[in-house]
Amino acid sequence: MATKSNRASARTRPNGVAPIEKALTGIRGLDDISAGGLPKGRTTIFCGGPGSGKTMLGIEFLVRGATDFNEPGVLLAFEESPEEITRNVASLRFDLNELAAKKKLYLDYISIDPGQIQETGDYDLDVLFIRIQHAVEAVHAKRVMLDTIEALFSNFSNQRILRAELRRLFAWLKQRGLTTVITAERGEGTLTREGLEEYVSDCVILLDHRVKDQIFVRHMRIVKYRGTQHGMDEYPFLIDENGMSILPVSALQLRHKVSQERVTTGVPALDEMMEGQGFFRGSSVLVSGAAGTGKTTLASAFADATCRRGERCLFIGFEESPAQVARNLRSVGIDLNHWVEKELLIHDAWRPTQFGLEMHLLRIHKLVEKWKPQAVVIDPISNLLTGTSQLEARSVMMRLVDFLKTAGITAILVDLTGRDTDLESTKLGVSSLADTWILLRDVEMNGERNRCIYVLKSRGMAHSNQVREFLITKRGVDLVPAYIGLEGVLTGSARIAQQAKELADAKQKEQEVQLKRLQANRKVLALEAQIAALQAEAAAQAELSEQIARQDSERAEQAQMDREEMLESRNAGRSRQRAGLISLRKAKP
Amino acid sequence: MRKATDREPSKPDILSRLYVAGQTPKSLAAISNLKKICSEHLGGRYKIEVVDLLKNPALAKDHQILAIPTLVRQVPVPLRKIIGDLSNTEQVLVGLDVRSFEGTNRGAGKTSVGATRANR
Repeated sequence: MATKSNRASARTRPNGVAPIEKALTGIRGLDDISAGGLPKGRTTIFCGGPGSGKTMLGIEFLVRGATDFNEPGVLLAFEESPEEITRNVASLRFDLNELAAKKKLYLDYISIDPGQIQETGDYDLDVLFIRIQHAVEAVHAKRVMLDTIEALFSNFSNQRILRAELRRLFAWLKQRGLTTVITAERGEGTLTREGLEEYVSDCVILLDHRVKDQIFVRHMRIVKYRGTQHGMDEYPFLIDENGMSILPVSALQLRHKVSQERVTTGVPALDEMMEGQGFFRGSSVLVSGAAGTGKTTLASAFADATCRRGERCLFIGFEESPAQVARNLRSVGIDLNHWVEKELLIHDAWRPTQFGLEMHLLRIHKLVEKWKPQAVVIDPISNLLTGTSQLEARSVMMRLVDFLKTAGITAILVDLTGRDTDLESTKLGVSSLADTWILLRDVEMNGERNRCIYVLKSRGMAHSNQVREFLITKRGVDLVPAYIGLEGVLTGSARIAQQAKELADAKQKEQEVQLKRLQANRKVLALEAQIAALQAEAAAQAELSEQIARQDSERAEQAQMDREEMLESRNAGRSRQRAGLISLRKAKP
Repeated sequence: MRKATDREPSKPDILSRLYVAGQTPKSLAAISNLKKICSEHLGGRYKIEVVDLLKNPALAKDHQILAIPTLVRQVPVPLRKIIGDLSNTEQVLVGLDVRSFEGTNRGAGKTSVGATRANR
């Protein structure tokens, strides 16, 4: 007891508050919800029903302690032999034999067959202490796990002695500053079957598992943790080949870094609708639409563009196998296979019903951690969430979006909406989580179905308000402005017909103009011809008048000459004639 | 600490081991109780080994001992364990299964059996 009080006083701060020291578990998520691990130098109970994972949790605590925190451990097993345990956890890639060989772990097994034991008189369990002490000294252990100490209750009939001895044991472990984990079976109405929590009450973690909608889900809850804050909720957890993972709702505060950088959507015309630049890097994009509206194609165009930049894209499918997606997309001119070969596109697909929601989330986490992609496409996220309640779906979506945002990953979440539901009320209730929401819808008109696209929202940019027609051609995706007329949006052949009509109208008008000009020109020509004819006539008249004048003067000259000739021939009466001539001249004006 | 009969020390009818941890009152009581029971009921046909686990902790693991004191009957098989300070003679005899042992070995140990009965 002297050592204990010394330790306690050494830990006491001047203000009289002794903070709880904690031992990190190294288990993903558990350190978060327990705010730093299990109480150091104290005893923690992991309780739960059969198959709840309490032994796994305890062993992982020991293994991580030995490998990650240089705290060797002792495993004292009461139910299973070390060989069995070693084999059981080999599937988690824990090699207990190797750790034992390195003196990082000491495995001890206590088995007693109650049928062979006869009790007579007083006894104690000193050997338990001796064995633990021996094991602790052998590896300089800091951590101890007793699995499952309750087995002792079936081995000893004298409960009074046993309980007293257990009480002594827990005090002894605490006194030695050993961080101890005890597994215990869950009891009826009590946390543990034998009421161990009465002796050990520093920290109690309850493990539980349920089957909901035929899907197995494990839960963990910290029932009690003396002297420290901790998460109070029930947290889903998983045990897989890498051990245990708990996924708390990460990042309760919204503090993601934001990027000003833009990334192309893979469709130039769609970029055009978003200030000509596309999405913000690290934003979450929701692509909603009914079946056959081209969601996968649009998402693939984005994936293709991402890989083209030399960035890595993770494409997770829940509907089609990678091979099928690749084949289908080749028909629209998108070749995903060669990106897969270059390891730029990580294409994975699994059935949504394959595991529970948490497992899906974890698997996505793991793929992201392994490949560190710059973009993630999940096609379709809605399939993942079928059969879950709105609350669960929202929680999972929030954690997923949060996780991707924190990692700065641009995410395309494809959301398949029902045909009869209101498109804008996505079932996932995730619309508020998405930064950009693109809606694909089909318009049925004139016996055909055509695709339309519009950007419902896009945070932080002046996006287009236009509805465009979404075309899937052999050379990829393209958008054309839809014709908006009196009867609404015209798409497909109606749009083409309208365009043809406009073209014909324009041509007709042009022809008319040409005709009118031609007519006018002709008239001009005719008038010019008339003018020429008149001018010719005028010239002719002028000629004639000149000719008349000329003839007249010629005639007058002739007459003069004739008269003079006559005078000369007469020679007489010249004077009279001369006088007569004079008088004639005078008479002339 | 060994006890053997003067008659056949190499071939005892009962070979038992008593596990203790140091010289605790319970351990000492068990040792003295066992000595008494053996000498009174088993005559010279027994052999006892006392093992102190404090001195040899590894043996606890090898022999699967948990409670202290524990008496283990090694011979005859099957192995039988009695825990406690052996203060109840009747229970110890039942635990060691001396009765059935007597039954099967009646011819071999008549004298001792007679002595046991006389004592009762």
